[in-house]
Amino acid sequence: MADVDEPMAVDGGIGVSGDWDGRWNHVKKFLERPGPFTHPDFEPSTESLQFLLETCKILVIGAGGLGCELLKNLALSGFRHIHVIDMDTIDVSNLNRQFLFRPKDVGRPKADVAADFINSRVPGCKVVPYFKKIQDFDESFYRQFHIIVCGLDSIIARRWMNGMLMSLLIYEDGVLDSSSIIPLIDGGTEGFKGNARVILPGMTACIECTLELYPPQINFPMCTIATMPRLPEHCVEYVRMLQWPKEKPFGDGVALDGDDPEHIQWVFQKSQERASEFNITGVTYRLTQGVVKRIIPAVASTNAVIAAACATEVFKIASSAYIPLNNYLVFNDVDGLYTYTYEAERKENCAACSQVPLNLQFSPSAKLQDVLDYLTENASLQMKSPAITATLEGKNKTLYLQTVASIEERTRPNLCKTLKELGLADGQELAVADITTPQTVLFKLNFT
Amino acid sequence: MAMADGFKEKATKEQKYDRQLRLWGDHGQETLENAHVCLINATASGTEILKNLVLPGIGAFTIVDGHKVSGEDAGNNFFLSSSSIGKNRAQATTELLQELNSDVSGNFVEETPDKLLDNDPEFFHRFSLVIGVQLPESTCLRLGAVLWSADVPFLVCRTYGLVGYMRLVVKEHTVIESHPDNALEDLRLDHPFAELKHHIQSYDLDNMEKKDHCHTPWIIIIAKFLEKWYSENNFQLPKNYKEKEAFRQLIRQGILRNENGVPEDEENFDEAIKNVNTALNPTKISSAVEDILNAERCKNITSQTPVFWVMARGLKEFVENEGGGKLPLRGTIPDMFADSEKFIKLQNVYREKAMQDALIVSKHVESLLQSVGKAPEGISEHDIKLFCKSAAFLRVVCCRSLAEEYSVDSFNKDEITSCMDNPDSEMVLYLMLRSVDRFYQQHSRYPGVYNYQVEEDIAQLKMCVNSLLQEYGLNVNVKDDYIHEFCRYGAAEPHTVASFLGGCAAQEAIKIITHQFVPFNNTFIYNAMAQTSATFQL
Repeated sequence: MADVDEPMAVDGGIGVSGDWDGRWNHVKKFLERPGPFTHPDFEPSTESLQFLLETCKILVIGAGGLGCELLKNLALSGFRHIHVIDMDTIDVSNLNRQFLFRPKDVGRPKADVAADFINSRVPGCKVVPYFKKIQDFDESFYRQFHIIVCGLDSIIARRWMNGMLMSLLIYEDGVLDSSSIIPLIDGGTEGFKGNARVILPGMTACIECTLELYPPQINFPMCTIATMPRLPEHCVEYVRMLQWPKEKPFGDGVALDGDDPEHIQWVFQKSQERASEFNITGVTYRLTQGVVKRIIPAVASTNAVIAAACATEVFKIASSAYIPLNNYLVFNDVDGLYTYTYEAERKENCAACSQVPLNLQFSPSAKLQDVLDYLTENASLQMKSPAITATLEGKNKTLYLQTVASIEERTRPNLCKTLKELGLADGQELAVADITTPQTVLFKLNFT
Repeated sequence: MAMADGFKEKATKEQKYDRQLRLWGDHGQETLENAHVCLINATASGTEILKNLVLPGIGAFTIVDGHKVSGEDAGNNFFLSSSSIGKNRAQATTELLQELNSDVSGNFVEETPDKLLDNDPEFFHRFSLVIGVQLPESTCLRLGAVLWSADVPFLVCRTYGLVGYMRLVVKEHTVIESHPDNALEDLRLDHPFAELKHHIQSYDLDNMEKKDHCHTPWIIIIAKFLEKWYSENNFQLPKNYKEKEAFRQLIRQGILRNENGVPEDEENFDEAIKNVNTALNPTKISSAVEDILNAERCKNITSQTPVFWVMARGLKEFVENEGGGKLPLRGTIPDMFADSEKFIKLQNVYREKAMQDALIVSKHVESLLQSVGKAPEGISEHDIKLFCKSAAFLRVVCCRSLAEEYSVDSFNKDEITSCMDNPDSEMVLYLMLRSVDRFYQQHSRYPGVYNYQVEEDIAQLKMCVNSLLQEYGLNVNVKDDYIHEFCRYGAAEPHTVASFLGGCAAQEAIKIITHQFVPFNNTFIYNAMAQTSATFQL
């Protein structure tokens, strides 16, 4: 390694104000030197570093386990204009891996604390925090970024982000304008497993294309919970779903808060009672909390690996230094270290990126409830609470909407009506909105 | 008040470490908190590894580093600031790593590892694990020899351009709790033990009330139909697809029908049919466990024999006697559609048998301990129970020494040659790392560090590659592109590659310390260009 008093390892580079000698040596070698494996578009230049430092704008989504690592990685790779969105505040259980936070920060917004830490540890870096939800921003916000990298813990949020970037794509005469593409790098971890993927919206497989990779979370059947518990988990679910609403132990309208130790203690005790009724052993406080909060185990190491892989891809894309990951990396270090890299394929009729209108095949005597069930249960759609509207007699009519109580009540009777009764015609377009996508999805109704 | 503070402290730690306690348990956490890890060279790779050990609460770390912080160091290392430039790197990084977690005790030694090896090699004996980062070959081999004799696990790590490298050196690493991802259940349907048989007999599927019939656990269903099958098939298990399909059909016929002959909705029967594939696999001991039971360590028990092997021998005694060739029963069954009472009763049959088996193993272990003059209660019931429950998943990892890897007489020629059938295999990156080490030996520097060196060093590096291949008699093709690329790297340590390696290495370190999950054996290469990796046993 070069020592401080030897000549600069890279010739002719002028330091940006605030930078010290050698600061970017490790990075420069990949920006200023030709090589046999570089991207065909790559041209070594001393200007690339300037682009990263002064111009390139990156958006990091999530300032948690992956987010903290991503911010550090990007800052030390030469990126200075980094924005970060996170709607959460810091919890004690974050501290085993979210290393930008300290015990004194508990309760404060993650985005703010993370930005402060990075900006003070890495001089010149300007992380801009947003203590907000991704849904609080619109296209004009997202359009300003060169690359977006996600460290989310929610599939719904991923799908929303995916949908947002699809909505930014500009097609002219059916041809995609490549300048409207914002690459999306997505990372996810769970215990000792993780994955990282590169999505070029409109060009490579997107989140929706591979929705089957995220099978819907299986909840325990109600009859098991209510009448035939066998596992300690069934007992906890019974208390959470049935006993709490009935007994309202902390008052009317007080919902079960998984972060309130008093609530968990109550659930724990009641779960133990239920368990002993059925001779079930194994209910512990830790198990109780895990079930109530749907806790996923997490460690620093897996987050470090996946965030590093993602940040490497951000660097590759921003600098054209190498051909980016094409396009999905799987990691598992339970037994040795295992990685698998493959090209996830685009789906021809992907709801988000295919530009092909989706068909809904139903008999005219099918009920609207059947359509609703299909939208939520179909593995490729997996909508959460879709709102269905259609143009009837020249007017936009809401057929069913769940998320606003008054509208839900008003439109509920429609669920039992047949599609014919509702006045829908063969070939009719239905517009469906859902939290999984920022844009309405259009379906074409085909009567069978 | 001290006691109340102690409780409060413990409660906060439980909260803080909650997400990882769900992976390795309180007992795993305890081993971490009692561990003392040594890091040599606090480069970015080194501090990233330590970060991932400090955060989960390693007991203590000691950084050994004789270097002063350079401008380059401060540029790629999160645990250095520009004000650290010129200061000792060990000290500067210790401060910022310590700050991550007050539970951890951080120490530093401002010394090069070579000096320590010269003057006080026993310095390294105190550590649970030594992690050597960016070590020149000579230092690495010297240290490797010392740690091998002292039986201290050694993890070698380096980041070289877009390549990450790890080498684990541990003579014998035993794992009781390997936590396999997809473990087969231990149901003994092929050979039901007496108590299970007796329990199965208590069911009469042909004379049950409907509500009992459709709440009977699938294990019982398969067992019952297997009895039928045996009587018609010469007491042979259904083996191939055709037979299993016929068996599934047999079960299907057992589904209740309503007055119109339409089959009722019996979820337990559906489960039984789905599980035919795996439930009828013959109960077998895996080759990994067989190897353990047949190992020398297991056969020759002395007063020095580690606990793992004493228990393994106890297990062996069980298998060869009371177990009738089978391991002690694991004692767990998967959840299945059934009413609570039937499920719990069935679960208890398995649990009680497992306890009985574990008791027998305990007796064997006690005799063994006595036979070598040790206290029979020396190994706890709890530990033996855990050992029995994990019996099918025991693993032993033995890594070859660095000396063996490097010696012309014992290096793994076959592995290297066969991997290099594909000239773009990660093996070429290993050969390049060995080659740049040669270059360093000859020129006291790495190739291509300065721009003006890149071109001329390519030819020099190529000579190193060729001399390496010649010395080891390796008839493989190392493409010029890789030689060029490694000159281009100029021994750079890009942060993202260092961070990737930091995550990998820290987890392997945790595996070594906790003896949970299975470490790699023994060489791991990460290629950040292609985002691929490979593990070789060299």
